[in-house]
Amino acid sequence: MRIRAFAAVLAATAALPCAAMAADLEVTHWWTSGGEAAAVKELATAFDATGNKWVDGAIAGSGSTARPIMISRITGGDPMGATQFNHGRQAEELVMSGLMRDLNDVAEKGKWKDIIKPASLLDSCTFEGKIYCAPVNIHSWQWLWLSNEAFKTAGVPVPKDWNEFVAAGPKLREAGLQPLAVGGSAFQVNGLFDTLVIALGGTELYNKVYKDKDEEAAAGPEMAKIFAAADDARKLARGSNVQDWNQATNLVITGKAGGQIMGDWAQGEFQQAGQVAGKDYTCLPGLGLNKTLTTGGDAIYFPVLKDEAKSKAQEVLAETIVDPKVQVAFNLKKGSVPIRGDVDLAAANDCMKKGIEIISKGSTATSTDQLVSADTQKQKEDLMSEFFANASITPEQAQERFASIIGSAD
Amino acid sequence: MSRTVPSATPSRPLPKSSGRPNQLFRNLNSKIALTPMILVAAVVFFGGTIWTVIYSFTNSRLLPRASFVGFDQYERLWASSRWIISIQNLLVYGILSLIFSLVVGFVLAALMDQKIRFESAFRTIFLYPFALSFIVTGLVWQWILNPEFGVQGIVRSLGWTSFTFDPLYNPDIVIYGILIAGLWQGTGLVMCLMLAGLRGIDEDIWKAARVDGIPMWRTYIFVVIPMMRPVFITTLVLIGSGIVKLYDLVVAQTSGGPGNASEVPAKYVYDYMFQAQNLGQGFAASTMMLLTVAIIIIPWAYLEFGGKKRG
Repeated sequence: MRIRAFAAVLAATAALPCAAMAADLEVTHWWTSGGEAAAVKELATAFDATGNKWVDGAIAGSGSTARPIMISRITGGDPMGATQFNHGRQAEELVMSGLMRDLNDVAEKGKWKDIIKPASLLDSCTFEGKIYCAPVNIHSWQWLWLSNEAFKTAGVPVPKDWNEFVAAGPKLREAGLQPLAVGGSAFQVNGLFDTLVIALGGTELYNKVYKDKDEEAAAGPEMAKIFAAADDARKLARGSNVQDWNQATNLVITGKAGGQIMGDWAQGEFQQAGQVAGKDYTCLPGLGLNKTLTTGGDAIYFPVLKDEAKSKAQEVLAETIVDPKVQVAFNLKKGSVPIRGDVDLAAANDCMKKGIEIISKGSTATSTDQLVSADTQKQKEDLMSEFFANASITPEQAQERFASIIGSAD
Repeated sequence: MSRTVPSATPSRPLPKSSGRPNQLFRNLNSKIALTPMILVAAVVFFGGTIWTVIYSFTNSRLLPRASFVGFDQYERLWASSRWIISIQNLLVYGILSLIFSLVVGFVLAALMDQKIRFESAFRTIFLYPFALSFIVTGLVWQWILNPEFGVQGIVRSLGWTSFTFDPLYNPDIVIYGILIAGLWQGTGLVMCLMLAGLRGIDEDIWKAARVDGIPMWRTYIFVVIPMMRPVFITTLVLIGSGIVKLYDLVVAQTSGGPGNASEVPAKYVYDYMFQAQNLGQGFAASTMMLLTVAIIIIPWAYLEFGGKKRG
């Protein structure tokens, strides 16, 4: 204890004045693709500059690999300093059972309630009036990424919306290209489907199904159209033998595939590959139809720690995350939208600007991660991955099963 | 190795004639030494199992919670198409891997037993895959079976451009792609066990068979195999437990895909317990796995061990 206190004093004198106590803080996350790793580095550098030390705890694979590891560390009594979760209900029960610390002091000092936009981000961090997480970024799923080169090869103009894209599908096939790139892991087809719901069916239908969990709407004729569209997507996606989302994005980057429906984190991959929006690739928010974006994304949660120096460092990290400069640096690399409207994003590229414009106009919806539980999300993933892989399941059968999932959703 | 037919479960040594010492204090040292093991077995295995079964009747989500909902979790489990697919896959994989690893393992062992040259070199080669974990095995076979870089790609580059072999990307046959990897990994061990069993057969039996003019294959099937019963039982238990816990191979090769086509029960348990944050559902699935194993093991164990005592 004495040594630690001594070290803390030493560090405090050496470090910037704002950090009263410095500590090593392990942060676990699943930001491991090229663009993501570059963004994390920005965050880590900013945190190190406060005199504390960012210990990187990256867990490879997607969130579904990483979350069980994080949760079992927290419930097993070996909590990390801070950890990523998606906005929403993934950490709900951890908060309820008192394993996470609240950030009320930091939030009040930083006036989070006034600066964080949209307000739904902070709402999903709030439990019984207390704020439990620091939102990092806003991600939206509703993007169609198109390879300009692939369409040139196929001899068709670059589509302006989903319908044109579907119509161009056969031409792409003829040219020996993969029309739609979809990776094998389940979250990708699940997100693709939710995107079809909001882009083709409209925000109202989306809210009816996922927010109100209306079984009738889920079984209704409007949803039947979505399933027909999903059937189109299934046909366009046939033959795309990749596993991870960034491998699928890479097919688009290299012009081997026409397009991909993927969240705006794919943007970071294009940037890493040195591609220019509008010239090398085209992005269509809301699939070019309903220009509404869901405002999900990532947030950092802080487990309750006994070590005082580390608890202090947690507060410093929370402040760092919301800091305007860090927000810009991080989000430019990651391809996501900052959580505050008052920052200058002149350096943002065309696609990001489109996204920021839509969000600042307020045409947003809440993400499915925030609306339904992880359990419901998993059941949907099971259904969608089966539907996309197995052509013998008709859209009608899939819709029937979908409706029963929504009927029992929570 | 003993060359006689195995005697029944080791019979208790006869008590010494000088009075009847208290049974409780016989071999006291070894009993004391065993206490921690017995405690661990009781608490960890039985306690854990019973706890899991009890909580499978609750609606526990991320954390266990004792609010009971009857058979709801089981109803949902059996209504889930993913679970049904998992069970079917396990059946296909289980039956085929049992048959093939026994047959292939035995044939390999019989070939090795023909006093061939470089036997130890062959033995090492066949056993080598067993030194790899399932994850590594899975990755290796994922590459071999990958249509672009693996077998299909090589054959196509040799000029046969219509050649198609992509089991891991075809939902109808994906489970066989996993079976190939499983067999590749496991057969070597079966072969070694069988070889040990064959070496335990007395030379005289072979000589007697030769004198009687019985062809070699008949000697194997009607004389040698029945004599190798204990070896077969050991092998069966090893293969069987390997089948039930099949998980990492699937994760490494296909992660359950394409779609749900290569899902297995153990993966269902993990995914629902930790990814879906629904412990109740995961517990229900693992209880069903336990039940299935029990249904197979208990009657068999009863016949195998229970019958002998009386006979």
